[in-house]
Amino acid sequence: MDSRSSSLSDLGVDDLRGNDERVDRIMNKYEPVIGLEVHVELNTKSKMFCRCSADYFGKEPNTHTCPVCLGLPGALPYINEQAINDCIKIGLALNCKISKISLFERKNYFYPDLPKGYQISQYRWPLCVNGWINVEGKDGEEVKIRINRAHQEEDTGKLTHKGADTLIDFNRSGVPLVEIVTEPDFRDVAEIRDYAKKLQQLFRYLGVSNADMERGDMRLEANVSVRPEGTEGLPNYRVELKNINSFRFMVAAVEYEIKRQTEAHDAGEKLSLETRGWDEDKKCTYLQRSKEEAHDYRYFPEPDLREIRIDTSDVEKLQVQLPELPRVKGNRFEEKYSLSKQQAVILTESRQLAAFFEEAVKDGKDHGLEAKTVANYIINRKINIKEVLPAQVVIEIRDRGMGVIEDLGELEKMAKEAVEENPRVVEDYQKGKKTAIQALIGSVMKKSQGKAEPEKIKKILERLLK
Amino acid sequence: MDITGLTLAETLKALKNKEFSLEELNKAYFVRIDKYNTELNAYLNINRGNSKIPAAIKDVISTRGIPTTAASKILEGFIPPYDATVIGKLTEQGIGVIGKTNCDEFAMGSSGENSAFGPTKNPWDLNKVPGGSSSGSAAAVSADLCVFALGSDTGGSIRQPASLCGIVGLKPTYGRVSRYGLMAMASSLDQIGPITKSVEDATLVLDWISGSDGYDSNVSKKFTYSEDKLKSGVKGLKVGVPKEYFAVPAGRQGGGLDPKIKKVIEEAIKKLEELGAEIVEVSLPHSKYALAAYYIIVPSEVSSNMARYDGIRFGLGRENIGAEVKRRIMLGTFALSSGYYDEYYTKAARIRTLVKQDFEKAFDPSTGSGVDVIVGPVSPTTAWNIGEKIDDPLTMYLQDVYTISANLAGIPGLSVPCGFAHAPDGAGLLPVGLQILGKQWDEETILRVGYAYEQSTDWRKEKPSLSSRTCPP
Repeated sequence: MDSRSSSLSDLGVDDLRGNDERVDRIMNKYEPVIGLEVHVELNTKSKMFCRCSADYFGKEPNTHTCPVCLGLPGALPYINEQAINDCIKIGLALNCKISKISLFERKNYFYPDLPKGYQISQYRWPLCVNGWINVEGKDGEEVKIRINRAHQEEDTGKLTHKGADTLIDFNRSGVPLVEIVTEPDFRDVAEIRDYAKKLQQLFRYLGVSNADMERGDMRLEANVSVRPEGTEGLPNYRVELKNINSFRFMVAAVEYEIKRQTEAHDAGEKLSLETRGWDEDKKCTYLQRSKEEAHDYRYFPEPDLREIRIDTSDVEKLQVQLPELPRVKGNRFEEKYSLSKQQAVILTESRQLAAFFEEAVKDGKDHGLEAKTVANYIINRKINIKEVLPAQVVIEIRDRGMGVIEDLGELEKMAKEAVEENPRVVEDYQKGKKTAIQALIGSVMKKSQGKAEPEKIKKILERLLK
Repeated sequence: MDITGLTLAETLKALKNKEFSLEELNKAYFVRIDKYNTELNAYLNINRGNSKIPAAIKDVISTRGIPTTAASKILEGFIPPYDATVIGKLTEQGIGVIGKTNCDEFAMGSSGENSAFGPTKNPWDLNKVPGGSSSGSAAAVSADLCVFALGSDTGGSIRQPASLCGIVGLKPTYGRVSRYGLMAMASSLDQIGPITKSVEDATLVLDWISGSDGYDSNVSKKFTYSEDKLKSGVKGLKVGVPKEYFAVPAGRQGGGLDPKIKKVIEEAIKKLEELGAEIVEVSLPHSKYALAAYYIIVPSEVSSNMARYDGIRFGLGRENIGAEVKRRIMLGTFALSSGYYDEYYTKAARIRTLVKQDFEKAFDPSTGSGVDVIVGPVSPTTAWNIGEKIDDPLTMYLQDVYTISANLAGIPGLSVPCGFAHAPDGAGLLPVGLQILGKQWDEETILRVGYAYEQSTDWRKEKPSLSSRTCPP
């Protein structure tokens, strides 16, 4: 996987701006119609259909295997209920309807990394259907992306090509995977970037996946076509961008496709249903499979598994287990702590950061710190929440951080006031009782609401009282 | 003492009374295996190290450390790293694997002739097939080469060979016995079950092997043996006789019930009446479509289940797959392909529902005849000559016409010896089995009826003389 696009903020920040301009220019006449398929690996303890550990990353090849995930003769799948619950949680977070009856089906195709010769997946009866999520478009406007479905399936093994040999590691075989399919609602790569970012954030909030793109926890496929601007309805073709194992490359491939297809339309060429990959060296997409070569997966209901029945009370139970999701949390932060929208968005980037902030606010209250002050400090200082405790941050703020009045003129003004208001104390001091200055410092501290530094005040007072 | 002639129940009793040791028991069976197996070809692999009560296991059931080939060249030399659930459950009861039995390749066939390792012979007449697909298990029980055997039944593969070999075969309710470790043919129909020398033995074995295991999601209820219930007789029970099973359809190639079989079955029904059962005619109107639906559903699932035999992780290359298996893979691949799915698979699934409803109606006192069991023939003919039907798949498929409905409906079925009839070619007398079908999860009643019938007749006492020209009574 691409090593550069690992953290959240890196997502989609890349060097393709130049390309964007060209696309914009050409796109006066055409608009892209893009649908996305996201695969996310769940971080359940065991695999989807067997008892093997699903924590395969970096483990010695073929050590997390058993007759089931190796597809040995006679082995049968047995559903991991945690995975089903996680899939439903994802569905709920994406505003989906949860199916009362859901079925697994077999998706039949041959590939060496698929031990049974079929993948247990869902097709006609997915767990979650008809959801939506709002993403931010290129001009900052909100765009509603409809979710067609979120369904449960299993991952394949992993192939490594070494010279003429291909090695297979089945540790990943059978790891639970949730596939989320959108309607073709994307019109711009900015929306794709924000969508991927929001999904990743949701998965992490829900605690259902590490959603690490670099490790392949989260993978993206895009269906791209373009149509004349102002027209409705789907074009009679689409290009599937598949097997592109880096988010950055996927975005590049989408942008390339928009351009390629637009130019093809302009040239009067006919485009057709096909699958394309990305050539990073040549920076272009290339044909992988044409319509004629398309797979017939021969789906049929998986006879080894019973249908999944989910009643309303099951869904309700999961619903209450959902954490406060980023959007709701962000709105609450704006309102409760008087934060700007931007601040709220940053502080709710992860559950951990949001919790850290709220704890710091609570703690800061005792020290007379305002929530906004705490927010500013955490954001501006880019506090590493893994290294410090909220209480420490509060002390930092109080002692030396934000909120300290640096303006010497203002401090001197307050010091003068303190001197005028406390003639007796001044008298004591001038009579030689040096400790009397503490009372004056205290007075200034009170005036500054704790935002002054005692050392500085002392120096100013000493100068004034000379 | 004729150790190998004893039933399982008798063997357990004798062992308990220390009439012989486990060592003597195994020795007696090994002697007999050595004497007859070469000719019968019932076993593909003999487990010489066995020291427990010897059971024969169909070679589609995974046995840890013991070669398991499904009678296919593609698995020649394959030694599974794990035991099927049923093996584990038998082990807990002190039962061991004396050998793995021959069968049709991946259980696909009705005569045993589709084995890649040669056909099994019928102990009653070595020129005849023993039936299939559990050919070796049935032959081994019939010839006293084991105390009992396990087979698997997808469309009659336990009941039909039991019938053709004159022994007892039980296909449990779908979901009664875990399929974990059973090499799948058609996953929605496959069931493991006992092939035994008596109805009581079948009851015992079902108790041992049934119940959930956390590996087969379709398994739910365990069956518990109750001697009182088994031996409570048939008085007051309503026995249904489906009129469709006795009609001789005109002009159907190889179809229809052999009149000689019909006579034997009718006598058996009369016997049940004498024993106090009430005989009622029932109708299973959709059974005529069952065979067609079955041969869509089975190949469809086969085409998917066989995909794992790619020679990458285990086994040999695909060129080692036999003709019948290939035929089903192709039929199923076609039936599931886009554009044909609805015409074939979906339609077959609907027929399956109708077949199931036929039985529900017959068993339900409020909507139909309210019968307790349904009886009829297992096979339309007695055992036929080896080689006779092997080149005619359709005729071979028609041999399953009376057994497949139970699989489609998921209900239990028992085959009990009920007499002898002359072979279609006029050769000597061959065994005939009575099929007793029951409600879902109601093995108890079919075993009860089977036991009552068995005990009131002497058929169980007949044994093949194991010469190629056999003439029983």
